[in-house]
Amino acid sequence: MPVFTSLLAGLVFGIGLMVSGMANPAKVLGFLDLFGRWDPSLALVMGGAVAVASAGFFMARRRAVSLLGAAMRLPTSRQIDRRLVAGSVLFGIGWGMAGFCPGPALVALGMGQGKAGLFVAAMLAGMALFELIERRGRTRSGQQTTLQQPTGR
Amino acid sequence: MTIDWSHFTPWTALAGGALIGLAAALLVLLNGRIAGISGVLGGLFGPARGDIAWRVAFVLGLVAAPLAYGLFQPLPAPQIDADTAALVAAGLLVGVGTRYGAGCTSGHGVCGLSRLSPRSLVATGCFMGAGFATVFVLRHLLRLQGA
Repeated sequence: MPVFTSLLAGLVFGIGLMVSGMANPAKVLGFLDLFGRWDPSLALVMGGAVAVASAGFFMARRRAVSLLGAAMRLPTSRQIDRRLVAGSVLFGIGWGMAGFCPGPALVALGMGQGKAGLFVAAMLAGMALFELIERRGRTRSGQQTTLQQPTGR
Repeated sequence: MTIDWSHFTPWTALAGGALIGLAAALLVLLNGRIAGISGVLGGLFGPARGDIAWRVAFVLGLVAAPLAYGLFQPLPAPQIDADTAALVAAGLLVGVGTRYGAGCTSGHGVCGLSRLSPRSLVATGCFMGAGFATVFVLRHLLRLQGA
């Protein structure tokens, strides 16, 4: 059941990206071109998404377990540090170069776009690289690697 | 700044956004998870076992979305102007950056802002600012990017 609901959520998410036009990098770049001819659509996509998701998170916040009985895994970190800022800036540069962020790239891949496939492959390589650097850092600093065991099913 | 009225699509933007918000609400209420694409993907590289199936299912849902959409509407053709080198560089930056920053447009932008997380507000400001600056430099200073 959790696998099915997750698939459904991914499907609805992807359809939302397509309806909103956000699976099209040219449209995303139109939003990021703040100093040229600016297409504000992405701001409304975010607004619409936040309006609906807020209600969901408001209900979720008061629950100990999900409706399917899984543990609620909400982020607990409140730290605003260099990792957060530098990582987000790097992401923004990549976003501005191609007009792709992770979700739309996967949807465009599903449309059979080879260029989206190339972007996704490079993105996965970047994520693998991050994982590699993190693990090396952990071994070097001699910290015990505590594996995060999921409590949900 | 001039608004590009010919490309501005307020209603489909709001409707699509509402669907995205609905998907995030579904995942947190049913699965207890954050619908952050980079986090869902990144977790596939992590050490946690028994945590894989829902991630793969979510990603499959995203990739299969055009199939479902195509049942009702003709598929739109995305316009991808970036060349091979730019796509590879951008992909690497997005992959590394979203993992260091612990989130992307969905995790920080949609879910984080919905949770009123100050951390996500800072992250969203950073990647939006960097995105604006990058397009300004590539499109208007270096003229490497077509409008």
